[in-house]
Formats: sequence, structure tokens, C-alpha cells
Amino acid sequence: MHPQRKKRLHLILFLVVGVGIAVGLLAYSLSQNINLFQTPTQIAAGEVPVGQTIRAGGLVVAGSVERDSDGLGVTFKVTDGAAEVSIFYDGILPDLFREGQGIVALGKLDDKRVLQASEVLAKHDENYMPPEVQDALEQAHKDGKQAMTEKAY
Amino acid sequence: MFDLYGDTLTTAPEFGQLALILAFVVAVIQSVIPFVGVQRRDALLMSWSRPLAAAQALFLTVSLVVLGYCFVIDDFSVTYVATNSNTALPTPYKISAVWGAHEGSLLLWVTMLGLWGLAVAWFSKGLPLIMLARVIGVLGIVSAGFILFTLETSNPFARTLPSIPPEGGDLNPLLQDFGLIVHPPTLYMGYVGLSVVFAFAIAALLGGRLDAAWARWSRPWTTAAWVFLTIGIALGSWWAYYELGWGGWWFWDPVENASLMPWLVATALLHSLAVTEKRGLFKSWTVLLAIFAFSLSLLGTFLVRSGVLTSVHAFASDPERGVFILALLGLCVGGSLLIYALKAPTVASVGRYEWLSKESFLMANNLLLLVAAFAILLGTLYPLIIDFMGMGKISVGAAWFNTMFVPLSVALTLIIGVGALSRWKADQASRLKNELILAAVLALVVGGLSPFLADGSLNWQVMMGVGISVWLIAISLVDIWKKTRGNLLRFGSLSLSFQGMVLAHIGVAVSVIGVTMVANYSQEESVRMAPGDSYVMSGYRFEFVEAGHIDGPNYSSDATRFRVFDGDREIALLQPEKRRYHARGSVMTEAAIDAGLFRDVYVSMGEPLEDGAWGMRLQVKPFMRWVWLGAIFMSIGGLLAMLDKRYRQVKRASSDVQKSGEVPA
Repeated sequence: MHPQRKKRLHLILFLVVGVGIAVGLLAYSLSQNINLFQTPTQIAAGEVPVGQTIRAGGLVVAGSVERDSDGLGVTFKVTDGAAEVSIFYDGILPDLFREGQGIVALGKLDDKRVLQASEVLAKHDENYMPPEVQDALEQAHKDGKQAMTEKAY
Repeated sequence: MFDLYGDTLTTAPEFGQLALILAFVVAVIQSVIPFVGVQRRDALLMSWSRPLAAAQALFLTVSLVVLGYCFVIDDFSVTYVATNSNTALPTPYKISAVWGAHEGSLLLWVTMLGLWGLAVAWFSKGLPLIMLARVIGVLGIVSAGFILFTLETSNPFARTLPSIPPEGGDLNPLLQDFGLIVHPPTLYMGYVGLSVVFAFAIAALLGGRLDAAWARWSRPWTTAAWVFLTIGIALGSWWAYYELGWGGWWFWDPVENASLMPWLVATALLHSLAVTEKRGLFKSWTVLLAIFAFSLSLLGTFLVRSGVLTSVHAFASDPERGVFILALLGLCVGGSLLIYALKAPTVASVGRYEWLSKESFLMANNLLLLVAAFAILLGTLYPLIIDFMGMGKISVGAAWFNTMFVPLSVALTLIIGVGALSRWKADQASRLKNELILAAVLALVVGGLSPFLADGSLNWQVMMGVGISVWLIAISLVDIWKKTRGNLLRFGSLSLSFQGMVLAHIGVAVSVIGVTMVANYSQEESVRMAPGDSYVMSGYRFEFVEAGHIDGPNYSSDATRFRVFDGDREIALLQPEKRRYHARGSVMTEAAIDAGLFRDVYVSMGEPLEDGAWGMRLQVKPFMRWVWLGAIFMSIGGLLAMLDKRYRQVKRASSDVQKSGEVPA
């Protein structure tokens, strides 16, 4: 084979193998590792199957934070204005976790439909609202208004 | 008109603004005159390049210094100062607050661009005037675009007249820290340094001459930018580790990914440039890499700073900035790819190589690095794309990035040493066989035993991680052995670029060992503890001595004191804090760390519980320092390679090139 062509063939082979491996790994792992955000309304409506890893978030409901008397376990509720969901977390909460603050938790729903969180996030800025939570609040607000108008008619 | 405010109002911000406008004017001239000179083959016009680059650097520096001055004198009439500083803020943090938010970071970015331009003008005595003019011209275009962006959408000197706030809003407490004084400027030096490499590539394309001389001019600049990027990323990781309070050192956060992508592509570029310089191959590919590296660094700086990457809504909330950034990015990438498409076909490579050759290994290295960068790009942008299409809000977890990145890194670590050891053009397996068998045996033995030495149980990941590192180190040592003819002590007499390469490669192995050990053997417990309590974890006893209160300059904190014992021996007295910053009322966790070469002991405070108890996070992280130690090795390696005397002989080499004349564009 002409050396120039042979070299080009090398290049193409390398590219094909590289891209092939990349696409294979991508397809496999993207399907495993994407965590969909679910609003409290969606969870309360039973749209989320038990045992699936999701992200859920909302505003921490005032007066809902209960700590275990021993250990670090803590249970609290978050709301999007329309529905509430209970979250249990065994660990150290972030610095900016407090009542009324928007948070996002990563975890799975258990049989009692309590979110067993493996991670709780509150961004390091008191003005910051996680964008998902902001959206969930707006959505719930909009739905609420719509329901009211529908009733009025 | 300033009488109204008496002596309280200075005109400093106006001077800063004026300097910035002048810098813009100079940048516009700089992006026109040199090209006109090149077009007319007018040496006088081309010789304007150096003074123009110097003038631009001067005006930008003045502008940045003025902004710093506004911070130091607490000029809260400047909106940016009022938002990001406070009279109680210690002076070093007032200065670092200059780059604490979007507007100031942009000013720092363009100032560094100006300084890199100055450096090119300074260190380019051997560069043909026509090449220099093109390089400075391209830098002028980039600079003009970004100064305009700063002035139009993100002016740091904008005032809040007439109502001047009596007190500023304070710097984000997370940023009040040594790491954040040095991390952003270093990282920016890296990002911006890639613009020089980009300018060289575009200049070479415009001249239609992608030759060994071009590659030799580009190499030290690429290495310089790469060294800054390496240090910047390592500093960022170190800062996150001790400042965010939970002991993680890499989160696959969009901001981190944005710095890792240009690093990966710049690493590929370093190696591809070597092939172009030594063998005259991969030319078009090298140019493309230079374009990609710079584009990714633009994406990194601006998309992250403007908040686009964290959320589509940040984009929507400030459409002017977002659109401007997209336009600039489109111009840079689109324009340079257009030039590439028009010019690249004229620069065909010459030369050939066999399957088993340095060229093949370097090509494999490039592909692996590029695939890694592409995967990270996809993972970072994917949630954004899905959100834009209204398909829901997803996040791509760290697990995904690990699945992608780890196999690629393993493959890369396996070929690094072999590539370095093999010869250009063609090599024989029989020549390398003995050395490779020796290294493989060492790797299998040390790697195979390592998990049993660590905790006595089988662990494939540790075997793999340690094994490939030993493999790489062994091959590197064999390489030195051969080059010094069996006298390792003569290492210092070898060429600086070889020393640098070996050191950087060993650095990779050191980092891989660090990552492997930290990922597999870190111990972490969150426990409820009251003063007097003790907790034993992985051989260490943590004793909660007392809790107290500390007042800082602009914060007050709850502090606890811990004694850490290894058996009966006290090894550390640690004092973690929980700080509340007065101005914003925000709370920060200050971890206390006892660092060591083979393990870090890390204690941080969670929340206060009843009866004086605290939620405490205790961690033991083996080989943590190795992750960054490897980055230090790589940086020193890069520095050595940059200082190789080959690059100081550019004068002779380039005058040869001049004789051969310019290929008509």
C-alpha cells in the first residue's frame, strides 16, 4: 500500500476505535447516572417509583426539622407551595441549611414515601435559590392559579 | 460636579475607566495596523506591533491597579466595590476581591491577555517580523473583543451615584482565603496563555506555513500556559479540599470541568507539537488542537463566570451578557475554523512512520486525551441541552464522569512511558522487550501486593492504580538509565526537555497513586460528640477537648479543640471552626487538617446539637497530598522543558527560515 494511504488508514482506524469505545461507554453510563429532578407535587402524586434515585427539592418547611435524640439523623419536610415531601438524612447538613431555605436532596423514596437522602445540597449563598426549586415553586404557583380559575368558572 | 460629595469622592474610578477605554482603542489599532503592514510588506507598519502590545499592557495594568486602589480605599461609590468588599475586610482580601466576581475577573482576564502580548513582544527577538505582526494582530483582535465586552456589559468601574452606600456588602466568605488569592490569577494565566498559542496557530495559517520553526516557537508558550493551568487546577482542588469543609478534592462540578477540558486539550497539544517540530507531521491536527484549546478556555472563563453553565435561567436573566459571549465565542471559533478550512489544505504533512513508533503512541495519547475532553464537555453541557429542549431537569452524577474518565486515564498511563521510550519513525519490539518485561514484572508484583499491604484485603482498583503507576515510573527510570548509560546520577546532565518530560510523567504516576489510595482507603465518619468524648477511627483516637468562641476581624466563630492520638502518642492538636461572617450573616466551616506525606487527618464541624454536643465530621485520607504532589512534579517538568536551550537558539533557526522566504498567502 502507498505509505501515505497506509498512514491515513492508521488514523482512520484509530479514530473508529476511539469513537467506538467512547460511544459505548457513553451510552452505557449515561443511562445509569442521570438523576431526574422531581418536585414535591410530582412525588405526592405518586409519579415517582420507590427505590429510584432522584433529586428532589423545595423550601424547608418551618417547624418541620426534627433531630434524632442520639446520632445525627434528621427528618424535615420540603414544599413547593402545593405539596410536601418528608426527607430523612443521616449526616451533617450544609452550612446554609435552615428553615425557609431552598435545598436539593439526592436520594431514594422508601416504602413510606420518605426520601432517604444520601446528599443534601444548599448553595453557599443566601440569595441563591437552586434553579430547580425556583422552577418547582413557579410551576406549583401556576397550577394553583389555574385550578382556582377552573373552579370559578 | 463633585463638590456635592466634598472630599469623599475621588476621580480614581474615572481614571481606571479611561485607561480601559484607551486600552480598547489601542487594541483596535493593534488588530489593524500589523495586518495592513503584512499586506503591504511594510516593515515600518509591522514594527508598530511591539510598542502597541506594550501600550495595551500598560493601559490595562493601570486599569486593574486603579480597581485595586478603589478596593483598598473602600470607594463604595463603585458598585462592584460596594458589592464585594467591606471596611472590615483585611487588606489582602480587599485586593483579592478585585477578582472575586464577574466584572473584576474579566478585567483581570484582559489584563493578563495584555501582559502575555507584552511577553510575546519581549521574547520574540528571533521571530520574523511578519510572523510577530500577525501574532500581535490576532492578540489585538481577541483583546478588542473582550475589552469591549467588559466595557459594554460588565464595567467594574460603574458608579452607584448619587446614593453611596456607607458600607459594602462584603466579599463572599468562601473567597476570603489564601487559596482564593492565588487560584484564580494562576488559572487565568493558563487560560489566557492559550490565546498566545492560538495566535501563533492563526498567524502560521495566515502565512500558509505550518513548519518546524512555527512548532518550535509555539512550544515554550504552550508549555508556559499548560504549567499555569496545571498549578491553577491543583490550587483549586486544594482550596476546595480545605475550604468547603467536607474533604472532597474533585466534584466534577461544571466550574472544575471547565478548567480540566482546556488542560486535557493543551496536554494533547504539547505532545502533538512535539511531533510537528521533530517530524513535520500532524500539522493540521496541531493547529486544530490550538484552536480547540483556546475555545475551551474561553468557554471555561466566560460561561462559568456568567452563570450560563450552572443554569439556563442565569442565561435568561442577563441576555445581553450571554448573547455577547456567544457572539464572541462564535466569532473566535467560527472565524478560526474558517481560516483553517481555507488554508489547511495547503499545508500537507510530509514523512512517514510505522505502527510501532513514537508517532503512533503520541497519536494514541492525543486521541485518549481528546475523547476524555469530549466526554467531559458532553457531561457538562448535557443537562443544559436537555433543559433547553424542555425535557426535564437532570444532573449528571460524579459516577458518570468517573466511569468515563478512569478507563481513559488507565489506558493513557499505560502508554505514556512506552511512547517516551520508543523511537521516532520505526522501532522494533525486540529492542524494547527486555525493559518492558522488567517494568511489567515490577508493576505486577508491587501492584498485586499493594492492597494486602494497605489493609489486607483484595482490591482490584488499588492493584490496577498502583500497578500502572509503578509501570510508568519503572519505564521512566529505565529511560533515564539508558540515556545516562547506567549512571542515574548523571540525570542532571541530560537535556532539560528530557528531564522535564520524565519528571512530568512521573508526576502523572504520583497523582494516579494519590487518587487511587484516597478513593479506596479514605475513612469518614459523621458523629455526634460532646466535650470529653473520644472516637476511634482507622487507628486514630479523636478526643474532643473543649468548645469555645473566637472573634475574628469580620467574623465570630464557634471553635472546638481536638487531640488526635496514634496509639498513645499525640500527633496533632486540631482546632476546627464554624464562622459566622457579620456582613452577610453567612456561615462557613473551617476544617482543621493535619497534613502528612502518607495521610491527612481532617476534622470539621457540622451543626450544634443540644447539650453542647456537635455533629463532627472526622476523616483520615491516605496519600491525599500525592494528588497535588503529582501536579507539582508536572509543573516543574513543564518549567524545565520550557527552559531547554533549544528554544533560545530560535534566532539561528528562524533566520534560516527567513532565508527560505515567506510562502505567498
